[in-house]
Amino acid sequence: MNPRPHLPRRDAFRIAGLSAAGLALAACGVQGQKAAPPKADAVQDFWSKQTKHGKVVFANWPEYMPEDQAPLKKFQEATGISYEYKEVIQENAEFFGKAEPVLRAGQSLGYDIVVMTNGIHLQNMIQLGYAVPLDHSKLPNFAANAGQKYKERAYDPGNKYTIPYTSGVTGIAYNTEHVKEDITSIQSLFDSKYKGRVGMMADAQEIANFGMFALGIDPEKSTEADWRKAGDKLKEQRDAGLVRKYYDQSYIDAVSKGDVWLTMAWSGDVFQRQLAGEPVKFVVPEEGGTIWTDNMLIPKGAANPLDALMLMDYLYQPAVAAELDEFIQYVTPVPAVQDLLKEKAKTAEGEDKKALEDMVNSPLMFPTEADYAKLRGYTPLDNKQQQIFNPIFQSVTQA
Amino acid sequence: MRRLTPYLLALPSWMWLAIFLVVPMVAMASVSLQTGNAIDGFAMTFSFSNYSDALGRYSTQLLRSLLYGGMATAAMLVIGYPVAYWIAFKGGRRKSMYLFLILLPFFVSFVLRTISWNFLLSDNGILFGTLKGWGLLPDDFHVLATAFAVVGGLTYNFLPFMILPIYVALERVDPRVVEAAQDLYATRAAAFRRVVLPLSLPGVFAGVLMTFVPATADPINAAILGGTANTMIGNIIQTEYLTNLNYPTASALSFTLMAVLLVGIFVYARALGTENVLEAAAR
Repeated sequence: MNPRPHLPRRDAFRIAGLSAAGLALAACGVQGQKAAPPKADAVQDFWSKQTKHGKVVFANWPEYMPEDQAPLKKFQEATGISYEYKEVIQENAEFFGKAEPVLRAGQSLGYDIVVMTNGIHLQNMIQLGYAVPLDHSKLPNFAANAGQKYKERAYDPGNKYTIPYTSGVTGIAYNTEHVKEDITSIQSLFDSKYKGRVGMMADAQEIANFGMFALGIDPEKSTEADWRKAGDKLKEQRDAGLVRKYYDQSYIDAVSKGDVWLTMAWSGDVFQRQLAGEPVKFVVPEEGGTIWTDNMLIPKGAANPLDALMLMDYLYQPAVAAELDEFIQYVTPVPAVQDLLKEKAKTAEGEDKKALEDMVNSPLMFPTEADYAKLRGYTPLDNKQQQIFNPIFQSVTQA
Repeated sequence: MRRLTPYLLALPSWMWLAIFLVVPMVAMASVSLQTGNAIDGFAMTFSFSNYSDALGRYSTQLLRSLLYGGMATAAMLVIGYPVAYWIAFKGGRRKSMYLFLILLPFFVSFVLRTISWNFLLSDNGILFGTLKGWGLLPDDFHVLATAFAVVGGLTYNFLPFMILPIYVALERVDPRVVEAAQDLYATRAAAFRRVVLPLSLPGVFAGVLMTFVPATADPINAAILGGTANTMIGNIIQTEYLTNLNYPTASALSFTLMAVLLVGIFVYARALGTENVLEAAAR
């Protein structure tokens, strides 16, 4: 028996290499960033050091600004602050997924204002300390003109980090060439006569709400057991062959072309298509619809925070908000807009007059208290709950 | 010094590989073994169960991706080989124009091309709308949101990567060897089967490699053309990474996919003969 010879050199190298690899593996941790809420004087201190730079970069969603960018141009004239407007946000998840590593590394996104929907990703953004706390002494228009509802946000109490840009409703859109009845109930989405012609949204929070509405559950107060029931209901709907596809923004093309006949939809999209003469109609089902809010915030590391704050406040001047809302046709956080558009309708003529009157009377642009009573927000989720909630609904949409 | 020159010249490409391939791979391997969440951070726990959990949850989508990738590759081979053959042997002076025509759609972005398929295949679109108007198809006939649309999209999107390597291999076949075969009383079919086809196999190998791998991993076609049961592993990885910020699961799935593809390629290389692989790789 030979005693085992000393370790051959090649093996030694190999082992060294492996342990180096092991060390490298262990060294690449991803640091947590959970931020403690900022102290009030630190916020004051931050803002007292900021000066106007004469420049602001605004990152927003497509079709959220008139093509001539008139509100921004007027802002530039009024304040001397030049702007860059970028339509770079298409989806909260994707935007957050791309922004997160940059912000984690302590770098700047290159945007001074970004717009995100209330929901998981905005929540993460705030929890991780990626949103700059706002100085409300510099937001006089917001204080004077924002509707009371828009000052009491469950996801951001006291508007510490965000102020609303606009709100909208998730309801049902249907193609009137194919659907011959008036859709009023969410049960139509589960009706076997529309087999293969139903569109649902892929977003977990959106589809969860509709599953819960169908079961008579209030998503804002729902529990894990409710989510599972809703998940099962949605799975049944899928397995019965009712759903054609789980859509992102592309649902609107599908329903206006007639690939799906009825689908979950966002109110403003449908209005814009109606104006273009396409045969689509929007309803908030009697069981309930979802109201969501897109919010402006200043990301950490923004180069021009004071200019950003000035622009955010400027958009709360009623005249500016009215001009904006006339184009985007969602729910404005400035209630005075309704009267301004009414005034404008009086002096307008022909088609413009008709369009303006339709807007003023639309419950989807200016919901009444009764309308608001039917609308619910997304299910509020903490970090642990997300890890239960997401898989339940993703196993429906990504089978 | 002169002895070192080739190494120095190769240095940039080694650095490139090291920085953009090796380092991210090590980081990804590391993340795939960690546990935690994006808010509190991830810590290394060497939790190999990330792999079994991910596989347990997503084996359907992984197998489906391999199936779709395989079907698309087979379709590309069936469509692409005759095209490459025709251009190589019958293309004459216009060869480069034909090749250019094949590449032409690829001046448009991948996503846009796929969306235009969505438009083309729409239930009441220019194609099916017309056929339904003539009563040739039942009203509820549809191709969008089916597996067929996804595999079709993949086939279309990666086809040139199949045609070009096969073309290159066939282009090199000396017509005189075919003549020689015929002089030796080989029929045209036999000459093709025993002479041309074997000579073109390295091109086929390269073509399959260049199409099967990206087709299997692709998330775009399933997202745009698929329906409720056509989710591929690429879509899952994207969701885990961007929506759930579950970096460990996303990394574990990526590694699993990579491992499965590598094993598949080596098995395939063995089946075709290792020399062909080296030859193909050398091109």
